[in-house]
Amino acid sequence: MAQKKSADAVAHQVSAQVIRDLHERMVRIRLFETEAGKLMEAGKLPGFLHLYVGQEAVAAGVMAALRDDDQITSTHRGHGHAVAKGVGLREMYAELYGRVTGACLGRGGSMHINDLTRGMLGANGIVGAGVPIAVGAAFAARYKGEDSVAVTFFGDGATNIGAFHEGANMAAILGLPVVFVCENNGYAEFTPQSGHMLLTDVADRAAAYGMPSVIVDGMDALAVHRAAADAVERARSGAGPMMIEAKTYRFFDHQGVKGLRHPYRSDEEVAEWKARDPIDLLETRAVADGTATRAELDDVWQRTRDEIAEAIAYAETSPLPDPADLLLNVYSG
Amino acid sequence: MTTTTEAPAVVPNATARKLTYVKAFNEGLAQAMREDENVFVAGEDVAGYGGVFRMFDNLLDEFGPRRMIDTPISEAALVGLGVGAAARGLRPVVDLMFMDFIGVCLDQIVNQAAKMKYMFGGALSVPLTITTASGAGLGAAAQHSQSLEAWLAHVPGLKVVMPCDPYTAKGLTVSAIRDDNPVVVMLNKVLLGSTSEVPEEIYGIPLGQAHTARQGSDVTVIALGRMVGEALAAADELAAEGVEIEVIDPRTVQPLDTETMFASVRRTNRVLVVHEAVTFGGLGAEIAAQIQDAAFDHLDAPVLRIGAPFSPVPFSPVLEKAYVPDRARIAQGCRRLLERS
Ligand SMILES: Cc1ncc(C[n+]2csc(CCOP(=O)(O)OP(=O)(O)O)c2C)c(N)n1
Repeated sequence: MAQKKSADAVAHQVSAQVIRDLHERMVRIRLFETEAGKLMEAGKLPGFLHLYVGQEAVAAGVMAALRDDDQITSTHRGHGHAVAKGVGLREMYAELYGRVTGACLGRGGSMHINDLTRGMLGANGIVGAGVPIAVGAAFAARYKGEDSVAVTFFGDGATNIGAFHEGANMAAILGLPVVFVCENNGYAEFTPQSGHMLLTDVADRAAAYGMPSVIVDGMDALAVHRAAADAVERARSGAGPMMIEAKTYRFFDHQGVKGLRHPYRSDEEVAEWKARDPIDLLETRAVADGTATRAELDDVWQRTRDEIAEAIAYAETSPLPDPADLLLNVYSG
Repeated sequence: MTTTTEAPAVVPNATARKLTYVKAFNEGLAQAMREDENVFVAGEDVAGYGGVFRMFDNLLDEFGPRRMIDTPISEAALVGLGVGAAARGLRPVVDLMFMDFIGVCLDQIVNQAAKMKYMFGGALSVPLTITTASGAGLGAAAQHSQSLEAWLAHVPGLKVVMPCDPYTAKGLTVSAIRDDNPVVVMLNKVLLGSTSEVPEEIYGIPLGQAHTARQGSDVTVIALGRMVGEALAAADELAAEGVEIEVIDPRTVQPLDTETMFASVRRTNRVLVVHEAVTFGGLGAEIAAQIQDAAFDHLDAPVLRIGAPFSPVPFSPVLEKAYVPDRARIAQGCRRLLERS
C-alpha cells in the first residue's frame, strides 16, 4: 500500500511538472506574439508577421518532449516554435526590429529566426522547404552516431508541395529519426483545407510513405505532448519517422493582426475555436486537479510579462546593423 | 495572336484617368480575358481572395470559377498545369505570388515551358504567362525580395517583361497574354500602389521594344523595372546641375531592344545601366558587353553598372536601403561618368 501510494505521488509529481512546463511555454508564446502584434500595429516593425496565437499547445507539447540537442525546422509562422524551443526573447524581438543584436543579426527578420544553440534550424519563408532540411538533420545525427531526433513543423497547406512528399518518402525509406508535425489550422492563407485537398485528415498522407501517424487535439497541450513523447521516443530508438497531425487554429489573420479584406472565416467559427483556447484549457485543468493555484498561474503571466517588456526595451535600444557590413556572412571563411 | 492594338500614346494631362499599378494590371488582364475565351488564371488565393496583392480583385465575380482557379500550394504542378494547358491551345496566366517561389518550379519553367516548342520541332507553342512580384523595399527579406530576371532572360525560349509604371504594366500584361510564347511578367512590389495615366481601352505594348522615358544629351541611363522611376528622379536632380540625362526603359529584358540603346549611346557617349538585381552576372553585364561591342568607338568612358551588392537581400530597413540602388547612387554614377571625360 505504502509503496503504491508513493508511486502515485511520483507519477503525479511528474505530470504536474509537465503541466507547469507546458503552461509556461504557452504563456511565453502568447505574450511574445500578442506584444509583437501590437508593435506591428503601431508601425514599429518592418516586414511581415505571421502570428501563431491559438496554436501554442502544439509548439509547447512537442518541444517539452525534446532535448536541447534535438533539432527542429519551422515555417513562416515560426515564433511559437522558436520561443518554445528556448530561443531568447531578446534576440527574437531584436530581430523583428531589424537590430544587429537580433537572432539573424538583423538580416533575416520574422520569417527566418534560428538559433543553433537551441537546435532551432530556422523559420522559413518558403513553404515546405523545412521538411527535407529536417530529414538531413536527422541523417546527420544518425551518421554521427548521436541519438538526437529532428522535428519538422509544417501546415496543412504545405503538404501539397513536392518538398513535403519527397522529404517524407526519403525519411521513411532511410528510416530516419524524424517526427513530422502537421499543424492543421484548417487554412492555407485564405483557402480552407477543403479548397486545397480532398482529405479530411492530413495524417492519411503518411500512409503513402509507410509512415505511422496519429491525430491529436491541437488545442490540448497534454495530448500533443503525449503523442510527441511517443513519436520522439520511437524515432530515438531507431524505429523511423512518424507523423503527428494536430488539429488547431490560428486566432489572428494569416499575416498581421486583423483581416485586411473580406472575411474568409465566419465569426462563429473563430469564436468556437477561441472558446477552446489552449491556455485556458490547460489552466482550468491545472486548477481543477490541484496542480497549480490561480495565483501560481498568474505569477507565470506576470513574470513573463516583465521579461517580455525587458526584451522589447532591449530590442528598441539595440544598435542597428552597419551598412558597411552588408556583405557579412554571405560566404564562410 | 496577331491582333496587335497599338499602344495609345500618353500625353500628360492633369484630368486624364489615373490608375494604380495593381488596378492597371487587373484591368489589362480582365480585358484580355474578355478578348479571348481561352485565357484563364490559376494560382494560390487568386480567385476567392483576389490575390495577396489584390492583383486579381473582382475577376472571380466576372469570370467565374471555370476561368479563375484557386490552386493548392504546389508551384511545380501550377506551372506544369499552365504548360500542359498551353500546349493544348489555352492561354493560361499562372501566378507565382513572389518571384522567389520560382525556386520550387524552375524545372517546369526552364526545362519544360521554355523548350517545348523547340523540342517538338515547332509543332506547338506554349502561350503561357507567368505573373509574379519581384523586388526589395518592403522588409520582406531574403526569400521574398529577389529580382531574378537574369536567371530567366538567360533561358532561350522565355520572354521576360519588367513594367516600371501602371501604364506599362497594363500594356505589357496584355501583350504577354497575346504572345504565343512563355512570358514572365515581373511586377514590382514597391510600385503596386503607384499611379499613372492609363488609357481605358485594351492596348498592348510591343514586346522587345525599349522606351525612351526621357531625352537627354549627356548620359544614357538604361534602367530596369522600378529603377526607371529612380533614374527619372536622378535626371531631375542632374538637370538642376545642367546635366541632361537620357533614360531608357527596355520594358522587355528578353528579347532586349539593343538598337534603341545603341542609338542613344551614339548621341550621349556615356552609359550607366542600373537594376535592382545583384550586379554580378546581372543584365547590366550583358547590356554593357553588347554596347561596347556595337558602339565602342562612341564611348567616352567605360559603361558603368549599378546594381545590388553580391549578397542576399537583407531584412533590416537600414541595410535594405543601403542594398537597393536609388536615385542618389544613379546621380552619383552619372557624375562619375562625366568626370571621366
Ligand atoms: C513555395 C511557397 N509558395 C507560396 C508561399 C506563400 N505562402 C506563405 S504562407 C502560405 C500558406 C501556408 O499554409 P499552411 O502550410 O497551411 O501554413 P499556415 O499558414 O496555415 O500556418 C503561402 C501560400 C510561400 N511562402 N512559399
